[in-house]
Amino acid sequence: MASKFQSSNKAGWLMAGPAAFLIASFVILPFFFAIVLSFTNQRLISPNPTEFTGFANYRQLLGMSTLTLEPVKDAAGSVKMTAEGSPEYPAIRSFTRNNPDYPGLDGMREWFSFGWGESRTFVLARDVVFLTAIVNTFIFVIVVAPVQAGLALCLALLINQRMRGMNIFRAIYFMPVVVSIVVVSLLWRFIYDGDSGLLNNMLSAISFGAIPKVNWLGNPSTALGSIIVMSIWQAVGFHMVIWLSGLQTISPTLYEAGAIEGASKWQTFRYITWPGLRNTAVLVIIVITMQAFSLFAQVDVMTNGGPVDSTQTIVFQAIERGYGKQDISGGSAISVVLFVIVLTISLLQRWITRERT
Amino acid sequence: MATLSDDNQGLRLAARYAVLILIAVIFCFPLVFMLMSSLKPDQQLLSDAASLRAFMPVGDISLNNYTAAFQRAPVGLFIFNSMLVTGVTVVLSLLLCSMAAFAFVFVGWKGRDLVLTLILATLIVPFETIAIPLLLIASKLPWLGLEGFTTGWLNSYHVQIIPFLADGLTIFLFVQYFKDLPGELIEAAQVEGASWFSIYRRIVMPLSGPVLATAAILKFLYMYNQYLWPLMVVQDENYRPVMVGLQYFFQLNVAWGEVMAYLSMITIPVLAFYLYLQKSFIASIASTGVKG
Repeated sequence: MASKFQSSNKAGWLMAGPAAFLIASFVILPFFFAIVLSFTNQRLISPNPTEFTGFANYRQLLGMSTLTLEPVKDAAGSVKMTAEGSPEYPAIRSFTRNNPDYPGLDGMREWFSFGWGESRTFVLARDVVFLTAIVNTFIFVIVVAPVQAGLALCLALLINQRMRGMNIFRAIYFMPVVVSIVVVSLLWRFIYDGDSGLLNNMLSAISFGAIPKVNWLGNPSTALGSIIVMSIWQAVGFHMVIWLSGLQTISPTLYEAGAIEGASKWQTFRYITWPGLRNTAVLVIIVITMQAFSLFAQVDVMTNGGPVDSTQTIVFQAIERGYGKQDISGGSAISVVLFVIVLTISLLQRWITRERT
Repeated sequence: MATLSDDNQGLRLAARYAVLILIAVIFCFPLVFMLMSSLKPDQQLLSDAASLRAFMPVGDISLNNYTAAFQRAPVGLFIFNSMLVTGVTVVLSLLLCSMAAFAFVFVGWKGRDLVLTLILATLIVPFETIAIPLLLIASKLPWLGLEGFTTGWLNSYHVQIIPFLADGLTIFLFVQYFKDLPGELIEAAQVEGASWFSIYRRIVMPLSGPVLATAAILKFLYMYNQYLWPLMVVQDENYRPVMVGLQYFFQLNVAWGEVMAYLSMITIPVLAFYLYLQKSFIASIASTGVKG
């Protein structure tokens, strides 16, 4: 297309310059800043000059180690038992607090442990909360991406039927998308409330009181799940619309041909609709994944990362450190970790879904 | 062919509508609850939550929560701030991004392909990954304002506007649209000796209604619903937008009726705007799907 139009370096730079300058200053520069700052001890406000600290921030975030311990034995050589009847192990503290024999473990905490015969292996981490945040974020993405994409496709197929009033239903299903996630999160706090929450009331009404009340957001085993359900509810309409635009690119003649051949509903979907949605599917999955990794507002409004860190996420940690504790370098290191994860996953997705020739 | 199963088909149709309506209820109920609760005194609001009364305007209905919300917080100021920041950003970003896209599609210039590639590459950088370094940059930048020369952009309108004036997605939308415009029109104008700016203003912009609507709607939703950035850079309530102003209602004792009234006030205008223009809203989301 370049040859068709006249050239003018002056006009080109004059017209594209302002936008290019703004993007360079407020997206590209901060991006490289994040990488540089993550190797320093920069704070938002500090009397001391900034110093390079190498990989210290990353070691602090991702430092892990394992420690395999034998159970404590008494004088007779039999295993000592705790009050609960499980073997007793030496205190982890004795290895991680000023133990000159284990300098690498200093300051670490137990993350989790697993048994291996009589001995037990303890996985220690320097920043247990951050690792929990990574795991939570992955759980969120792994559940939300397929479920939200699948539900959105079901809704799109439902809306794509030739029936009267479809515009109204489409408009209603899309409605939560235009409402701020902050507003939605607050409303759902009410729905999930342990005492007078709408969800508890509804469950006990349909089960005639058989289902006990649950404090959905206050319970470590239900909090993340509750945020997942709400997030899907809010954003599913967005992806429904993208699926719909994909559905409308499939030529009607294909469906007519299918009908003449006597294809069943499932066959029509499997051999006509689904192949036609390939590109849309790749886009939907990549967009949902990127959005899901950025999980922040829901956590900030609903749970603040709790209870017992069960809803900590990567971005929530980045903001808590970079803004809350004004530790710009620590927050930047988390940002870099997040970007590396997002980039790796989206390259992987592109590679898996590439056109095979 | 329908003679045999007319009844059957009627039943099927009814079942389909039942499913559609049930799903619609799932998407509606929190918003209906918000609106109804905003009209009720706190005690009734909580007791109504135990039954379907939660979704009905029954009992002691009044606008008291709305007046109380205005007394508790500078609601008008928050709404004004959000409108100002959103309005200015939408208008300026449409101007800057459409001009840039014009230069990328219609003008030949040195460095064009490289700059466009870099801008499109920013689409895979989530804002959350640059928020922290951007906070540091914003806290150090100089500004020449009415009070003279100052350092640091925190607590201002421009800190909420300038970083969002240009973005990869908006430029991408314009580039895609401009590529499909008839190139002969622009060539013909060049032959007649029209200046670049007048081609942009007199030929390309008048043809760009749909993409302007799309870009404006997406930017509007993004800006009005901003939360993380203003949370970090605006502590001064004089500059707070609506989503951050919400914090006001959670200091001291929480009055849920007032919270619901405030949520209704900041949500209903957007919902009304959406329902009025819903075809364009949905078309604009759908058009982001072409990049696959």
